[in-house]
Amino acid sequence: MSAPPVLEVADLRVHFPVRRGLVFERIAGTVRAVDGVSFAINRGETLGLVGESGCGKTTVGRAIVGLTPPTSGEIRINGVAGGSRGRSVQFVFQDPYASLNPRMTIAQTIAEPVRLHGLRDSRSAVADRVHELLELVGLRRAHAERYPHELSGGQRQRVGIARALACEPELIVCDEPVSALDVSIQAQVINLLQDLQERLGLTYLFIAHGLGVIRQISTRVAVMYLGRIVEMADKADLYDAPRHPYTRALLSASPVPDPVVERRRKRIILRGDVPSAMSPPPGCHFHTRCPVAMPECAVGDATLLPAGAAGQVSACRRAFELDRILDGGTYATHRG
Amino acid sequence: MTALLEVEDLRVHFGSGDAIVRAVDGVSLRIEAGETLGIVGESGSGKSVTALSLLRLVPTPPGRIAGGRIAFAGTDLLSLPIERMRAIRGREIAMIFQDPMTSLNPVLTVGRQISEVLELHLGLDSAAARRRTIELFEMVGIPAAATRVGDYPHHFSGGMRQRVMIAMAIACRPKLLVADEPTTALDVTIQAQILDLIRSLQHELGMALIVITHDLGVVAGMADRVAVMYAGRVVEEGPSDRIFGAPRMPYTIGLLQSVPRADARGQRRLTPIAGAPPEPYGETRSCRFAPRCTHAEAACRGTVPVLREVAAGHRAACLRDIEAPWVRPS
Repeated sequence: MSAPPVLEVADLRVHFPVRRGLVFERIAGTVRAVDGVSFAINRGETLGLVGESGCGKTTVGRAIVGLTPPTSGEIRINGVAGGSRGRSVQFVFQDPYASLNPRMTIAQTIAEPVRLHGLRDSRSAVADRVHELLELVGLRRAHAERYPHELSGGQRQRVGIARALACEPELIVCDEPVSALDVSIQAQVINLLQDLQERLGLTYLFIAHGLGVIRQISTRVAVMYLGRIVEMADKADLYDAPRHPYTRALLSASPVPDPVVERRRKRIILRGDVPSAMSPPPGCHFHTRCPVAMPECAVGDATLLPAGAAGQVSACRRAFELDRILDGGTYATHRG
Repeated sequence: MTALLEVEDLRVHFGSGDAIVRAVDGVSLRIEAGETLGIVGESGSGKSVTALSLLRLVPTPPGRIAGGRIAFAGTDLLSLPIERMRAIRGREIAMIFQDPMTSLNPVLTVGRQISEVLELHLGLDSAAARRRTIELFEMVGIPAAATRVGDYPHHFSGGMRQRVMIAMAIACRPKLLVADEPTTALDVTIQAQILDLIRSLQHELGMALIVITHDLGVVAGMADRVAVMYAGRVVEEGPSDRIFGAPRMPYTIGLLQSVPRADARGQRRLTPIAGAPPEPYGETRSCRFAPRCTHAEAACRGTVPVLREVAAGHRAACLRDIEAPWVRPS
């Protein structure tokens, strides 16, 4: 019998009440930050969760770690639902500076979870573990006694990763872990995450807005728009044969550092802004900006259905027509 | 023929005494009328300070332009009296910034802020200025222009605010538009809209454009020529196709190998640049990239390499003859 996935998320909803009024506070509406999201991640896999600001990707991550209580739905770790996640799910934040205690040395920061969860007994065993973790993330022993402000952005993110690893977690949720870093440093941290995954068999949920970073690190990719997953597939299928117009628009809008590709490719320029998550459009949430929407897209549910490759699902009714009706949004035509 | 803008050996220093930070340390640039120049670099490379210097907007103190020459259409900007400089800002050279919210006045309607520019620079009366403002809003694609001119900045989304800034920038039909990280705060689909708008306005108005960004993809899609900055200097400069297709400075090569590409097939491991950029601090007698460079030799640590021609119109500040380890797929 095969093991259950490390993480299963079933029909997750996270709604936030919007309060108005100072004295007579009342609930004026609901932000449906996450509105029915389901997916699973197998051991050793990286699921990339990509979307624009406000799509709900960070809230999904926070709900899985237990930082934000879900409104409804189920989150199972190794097949077990409910209860405290404890150390089994860890979070790596975008801004390591804000997530590290400025008054604790790096060694203290990393030792804390080791001690707290009773993962090592003696004082010397804890110290050995700290040094082992520092080495794993490419920091020197000399860094152990420093404070966060004495480190560079890239080094601080390594500390954030070491602290997550200290808990020996089942799953690491990385929320935009490289977005605040310069390009040359970004690549160092991405390589580190990939090396650690290979050596330790880690499982990641990797949340980001950059399609390049997501392609580099993911095994599978889920695209979110206004609180819902609109497409999910193995990386190669999603990037080379996307089956949702929003995925295609994102890909066509994402700049590639190559003037030849930039000149040749067709862009799908979406009209307008993303609607408010307080009053998302009925039917398919994307229909108000969709270049190929039909009248019926404004009614009924946009359900994720199989779309082409094995494991590929799309919420678009016209998934199989896109190659014919929507010009642009794939790279397949101009790179061999 | 004189260029529209010529920057020669520009130096901008912050602080004083032993703690002088050479934010811009001898930058030379040239841009022809109608052309697009991309300036790329990581944080602290001096790209934004270079841009501010063009309009003499470097905050003084702590900063000051310590040397060099900036000639705009033959006029030396650095020796111009401040009133004449004010007449050039906005009218001849306009600028848009990363965060439009901080560059718009929150207590004035956006229409008022643009009309002011038109009255000040072009001497329009208030009725004409209002009409022109509505036209400008239409040009930059703001729906319901006639009513939106009466709104305040916080009524607009991030993308719409950047459109307002662009309307203000093109109000006087400048000859040069300087865009400093114009889309960095925006989502990727909104970024595409704004870049598309800038491209079409540039074409329509025949402006020259300087795009300053850390995003190599944005530059690849916008620029005719590219200048790569590192630690206060231009380390490589040339036609866009050369910089991305046949870079000759190890830093540029390293940057391109560090970027994960959304169009990359298969599993390619990134090749990061080791270490971190230096603090631009004090004087140096070596190549500033040498400590991170895998090709550095003894000579690189004893000389500051100057830009030298490596191909027609393509210059690199490297003593060695390093070529990129890839061949462009055609």
